[in-house]
Amino acid sequence: MPDLGKYADAVLSAYAVSIVLLVAIVGLSLWRGRKVRAEMENVERRSGRDG
Amino acid sequence: MSLWEYANPVKFLALSERVMPWLWVSSAVCLVVGLIWGFFFTPDDFRQGSTVKIIYLHVPAALMAINAWFMMLVASLIWIVRRHHVSALAAKAAAPVGIVMTLIALVTGAIWGQPMWGTWWAWDPRLTSFLILFLFYLGYVALWEAIEDPDTAADLTSILCLVGTVFAVLSRYAVLFWNQGLHQGASLSLDKEENVADVFYFPLLVCIGGFVLLFLALVLYRTGTEIRVRRTRALMAREAKLA
Amino acid sequence: MRALFFRDLALALRAGGGFGLGLAFFLIVVVLVPFSVGPQSALLTQIAPGVLWLGALLACLLSLDRLLAVDWEDGALDLLATSPLPLEGILAVKAAAHWVTTGLPLVLAAPVLGVLLNLAPGGYGVLVLSLALGTPALSMIGAFGAALTVGIKRGGLLLSLLVLPLYVPTLIFGAEAARRAAQGLDPATPLLLLAGITLAVLAAMPFAAGLVLRVNLR
Repeated sequence: MPDLGKYADAVLSAYAVSIVLLVAIVGLSLWRGRKVRAEMENVERRSGRDG
Repeated sequence: MSLWEYANPVKFLALSERVMPWLWVSSAVCLVVGLIWGFFFTPDDFRQGSTVKIIYLHVPAALMAINAWFMMLVASLIWIVRRHHVSALAAKAAAPVGIVMTLIALVTGAIWGQPMWGTWWAWDPRLTSFLILFLFYLGYVALWEAIEDPDTAADLTSILCLVGTVFAVLSRYAVLFWNQGLHQGASLSLDKEENVADVFYFPLLVCIGGFVLLFLALVLYRTGTEIRVRRTRALMAREAKLA
Repeated sequence: MRALFFRDLALALRAGGGFGLGLAFFLIVVVLVPFSVGPQSALLTQIAPGVLWLGALLACLLSLDRLLAVDWEDGALDLLATSPLPLEGILAVKAAAHWVTTGLPLVLAAPVLGVLLNLAPGGYGVLVLSLALGTPALSMIGAFGAALTVGIKRGGLLLSLLVLPLYVPTLIFGAEAARRAAQGLDPATPLLLLAGITLAVLAAMPFAAGLVLRVNLR
């Protein structure tokens, strides 16, 4: 851990906020992507059987 | 073989499936290397102290906030001119990523500004322009969400994107006229005098690379998701018709 | 086209909708400001140009969602679209009617409300001039926003979200001109820029709005 001096709070909170935001957008994208893919495969299987 | 081949959703998906693992891995490597390099192995600035480390997040995020809008503009134009669905969906996919980048730039800027300028927020031209850009992103996403028919939504949002671009640029200069700023000049420019010192420059470049790659990976992935949503909808509509 | 203009005017006057309402809203906003910031006249003098501009802008926004929605709901818009008039022209006329019923009364009322806010004596002329130059742009940009959101149920809030960022340049130059004049400075530069924006908007925006409305009428 480098010595951040009196600005430790500022630097650490900036990193924390940014990383949380980045992880959130990546996580949300992946979560929605999985859900949509599963749903599509579900529908595809169904329509494949019927038609 | 031309670029337009990838306007075909199937080809686009196949390509992005192949490219995406590389993008995810390389962006993660760049981000980890760049941020660790910047955080642990660069000296403090003699005036800014350790807050200079915030630059490794602030500058790439700000850069991507603008470039994401620019990418949306190009994608919107392609949709208007050539009517490729993938293009419209890519614009849609990029907007939330742009919002996050704008937010990161604004928040890290505020956190940096507090000790350095003595205030979280100042109505400085650059800050204000970013806030306005943020509002444009919000309007764009809200319009996508509000319209049922996907083609209508694509048309309307593309035109909003074009008009919004003109007004965003106008606002940029209007704001410049309205208030002189606190914000320093460009951190990266071809002008050597204005540039940041080399110790900060190289890790910063790595971080920018990481952000660009992350943006590309996210947009490809999210575009794929949007394509699947449309396919699901089309299949379900056909089912409903058959039944 | 002229018939359409007078029809819109007559509708706005008769329906009692936009016409008085925007003006009353402007009055209320201006009356509320001293309650929120305190009655010190020096402070009010200082913020008067900005408050008047903001009030006028919000009042302008208020009636925008009725600009096309009424004709959309009863099908008149489809009839207009099949008429020989170009859609761009129809929108420009509608924006003009909106300006006459909303913008113009605001311009005329602004000096009266300026008295309430203790506006500096030198500011009145330029305030009126800047509003007269700026409000046509507000109406035309608003027509674009109305065309974008016409097909959406309860699009009013979305309309505000889309249109307000587009109002930024007009607001900045308009309020800046009024403020400079009130402080005894030369307002020529912001006034010219304001006029430039308004002219550009009037020239280009009908086409964007027409494009959008055509998509919505598809």
